[in-house]
Amino acid sequence: MNSKNYSRGKLTDKVFKYTALAFTVFALSVLVILLVDIFSKGLARINWDFFRNLPSRHANRSGIMTAMAGMLSLLFFTIIIALPIGILAGVYLQEYGKKNRFASFIEINIANLAGVPSVIYGILGLTLFVRILHMGNSLIAGALTLALLIMPIIIVATREAIKAVPNSLREASYGMGATKWQTTSKVVIPSALGGILTGIILAISRAIGETAPLLVIGALVYVPFIPEGPNDQFTTLPIQIFNWTSRPQADFIINAAAGIIVLLLITFLLNGIAIYIRNKWYKKIKY
Amino acid sequence: MSLPILKKEKLIEVLMMCCSFVTVLTTIGIILILTLEAIKFFAEVPIGDFLTDTQWTPLFSDKHFGILPLLSGTLLTTTIAILVAVPLGLIIAVYLNEYASPRFTAVVKPILEVLAAIPTVVYGFFALQFVTPLLQKIIPGLNGFNALSPGLVMGIMIIPYITSLSEDALRAVPRSLREASYGMGATKFQTAFKVMIPAASSGIIVSIILAISRALGETMIVAIAAGQEPKLTFNPMESVETITTYIVQVSMGDVPQDSLEYKTIFAAGLTLFVFTFILNNISFFVRKRFQNKYE
Amino acid sequence: MKQRFKLFWLIFVGSASFVSCFKNYKGRINIDGSSSVYPITEAVAEEYRYKHGDIRVTVGVSGTGGGFKKFARGEIDISNASRPIKESEIKACTENDISFIEIPVAYDGLAVVISPSNTFVDHLTVAELKKMWEPAAQQKITSWKQIRESFPDVPLRLYGAGTSSGTYDYFTEAIVGKAKSSRGDYTASEDDNVLVQGVSSDKGALGFFGLAYYVENKTKLKLVGIDAGKGKGPIYPTDSTVRTGVYAPLSRPEFIYINAASANSPVIQDFVRFYMENAPQLVQEVGYVPLPEEAYILSYQRFQNKKLGSMFANKSTVGADLVALLKADQ
Repeated sequence: MNSKNYSRGKLTDKVFKYTALAFTVFALSVLVILLVDIFSKGLARINWDFFRNLPSRHANRSGIMTAMAGMLSLLFFTIIIALPIGILAGVYLQEYGKKNRFASFIEINIANLAGVPSVIYGILGLTLFVRILHMGNSLIAGALTLALLIMPIIIVATREAIKAVPNSLREASYGMGATKWQTTSKVVIPSALGGILTGIILAISRAIGETAPLLVIGALVYVPFIPEGPNDQFTTLPIQIFNWTSRPQADFIINAAAGIIVLLLITFLLNGIAIYIRNKWYKKIKY
Repeated sequence: MSLPILKKEKLIEVLMMCCSFVTVLTTIGIILILTLEAIKFFAEVPIGDFLTDTQWTPLFSDKHFGILPLLSGTLLTTTIAILVAVPLGLIIAVYLNEYASPRFTAVVKPILEVLAAIPTVVYGFFALQFVTPLLQKIIPGLNGFNALSPGLVMGIMIIPYITSLSEDALRAVPRSLREASYGMGATKFQTAFKVMIPAASSGIIVSIILAISRALGETMIVAIAAGQEPKLTFNPMESVETITTYIVQVSMGDVPQDSLEYKTIFAAGLTLFVFTFILNNISFFVRKRFQNKYE
Repeated sequence: MKQRFKLFWLIFVGSASFVSCFKNYKGRINIDGSSSVYPITEAVAEEYRYKHGDIRVTVGVSGTGGGFKKFARGEIDISNASRPIKESEIKACTENDISFIEIPVAYDGLAVVISPSNTFVDHLTVAELKKMWEPAAQQKITSWKQIRESFPDVPLRLYGAGTSSGTYDYFTEAIVGKAKSSRGDYTASEDDNVLVQGVSSDKGALGFFGLAYYVENKTKLKLVGIDAGKGKGPIYPTDSTVRTGVYAPLSRPEFIYINAASANSPVIQDFVRFYMENAPQLVQEVGYVPLPEEAYILSYQRFQNKKLGSMFANKSTVGADLVALLKADQ
């Protein structure tokens, strides 16, 4: 081989290697800068009062109590709606769905839904739940909207988890005379539980961070009260952060940063748990 | 097997099938609502005006209903994001795949995925409170609200979309190809760009399409940092409004339910949906074909 | 495996009970309307909350127009308004059997602001503002130089209230001459904080909003003097210029409208009493101009006597003497 080409090739290689490494470091450092910036702005603000207080016109008296109450209630209702439907749908598609046109039609459908912008879900929720079903801008309308949004995540995760269950388990169960549903419910699903759980947690993590669809269905931005029930108006932590971020006063920016710290901690905690469960479960089924 | 058990089995199967049908109903719901309301809108506003008018002022005395300003805002921010995410994402993917040690990759990949897990309000805050002031120091006269800042931040957010899928695609390329290239004396760089990337091209294309779709649909980052003035421009230093921000803005205001102004969110939403729908379907079919190629 | 299920249910039930800690309130007051009046009512509602934590007061910002729509449908008890109720809105109320009590709560001077980095503008005339904002300016007036020859050729970027805002109605009526008549190519937002953000960081920007938002963000904004062409030169909005109407034509009273049926409830009565008692101090704190002491007393009497109807039917609020009007309409 021509030695001049060879050394030029080697030089390009080296240049690229270090450029690429620099890019990688750059991407990671943006993440670090983001976290450092936010923590430095908001950490000082975090104390018990911040959690206990309701929102206020004075930044230093404002807290995230109603945002947290709203967020947790909303999550609760979202999960009890999305979970059973999502898991059952995933089980059906993976275990029962014959390789026919219906099944592949639903598959395309789910892939599509996963890519629909969240505002569009907001429009769906606004028209269907808030207006047609007269639920108003209530917790339950928000929960239904979010449930539809995260359902593809739960379905896909369930399918992946069930796909990973070795066929030998199923065969053994049939061999003992079990029916399809008995096999599914007592053998397949329990084995797939780890993967399903991972999916649930990732879906929760996604739901927690959603802001746009809730704004579209009419979640309030300033909620100085704790919701009185699922038919009540509400706000969530991301929406509260959005409200504070839009305010020009420096003190509210600090509040926003503090709220973000809480939100990030929750998000990272959930994702961490999901990864932990996934690793443990993965090891378990690899026998 | 006794009859009651068989009946129960069938019942449960039907129940589960209904559950999976919920997704179909969701899609039908979205399409129906957007289309029906948009039709009502187009009964009052000619579709020609909608597609060609260069102003979007539905709430003012001099009403214009051209989607182009909102569309340009969406496309401008998306383009900036993609210009950041694709080169960075691909190069990082190649690096992780060809050059980096498996341990390095195992550590770096999850950290990059964190970028995708961060809620978008956080990015919006970062864009408005850190990136914009920083850019204003570099580019004097830059507006507080502009398209550049959220575009860049969106780009960073999207990098994991490109990196993960591209890296998976690269990994799926048969070892034989790579070995053959090395065997002919090619460097890693030459192998990566002349052999691996072309071989993994469908997977990479899928990742880019998904990233574009994600950027088009992004709301909070642009709502916080890009501004709320619909403007037909391709200048990243100007304040722009995207389709998504407009939808949120109108919903947060108090527009009467049956007014023409209210119907504008459906027309705008339908436009957005059509774009992402087409992109998502293309990527789905490309992915299916690419899977089949290596099965 | 059984233990795994038990744990799962435990967490589930535990979080369910934690999460279902909804609160029960003994009384509710629903308020909505103007984003300009909002800071006052919000301040009152918050102080009221510290005294009566079991009464829930919600204050929305749908804009004066949006607020009146809800008010006419009986959905809210009190409507914040930065302009008097219109004939069409009164009609909507009577159609639904809603009567109202009109109470002025403060004076507001609409602040016209620019960025602190704008060094070439000190004051503007009403005629210049009209040139900037009238519908004919849409897409045509894009540079400061077109406003006044001596201004540099800097791009003109406008920020202001949205179309459901009373501020928008008032500004357009006072400056352009016809309510709701303006160009459409500006950053329109009901959220005044967005406007403050926009103007403060943009050299060529000009915006308008309630005085309170200027006062709260003084360091980020530069106030523009307004010359109404009456020979008095440019006037800045201060307590006295706003109260006496010298800051023309952008001084205006702000109101709350109380649903007469709601006014029978002890909760509302207590709240309105609290409002009137604390308004002088809170209005000042928030950045608006308090009415004369007498006006608040007369206003409260108006409420107690359940005096229905508007004092401003077919009358403009420009230069109105509220005390005289209140006395006359007792």
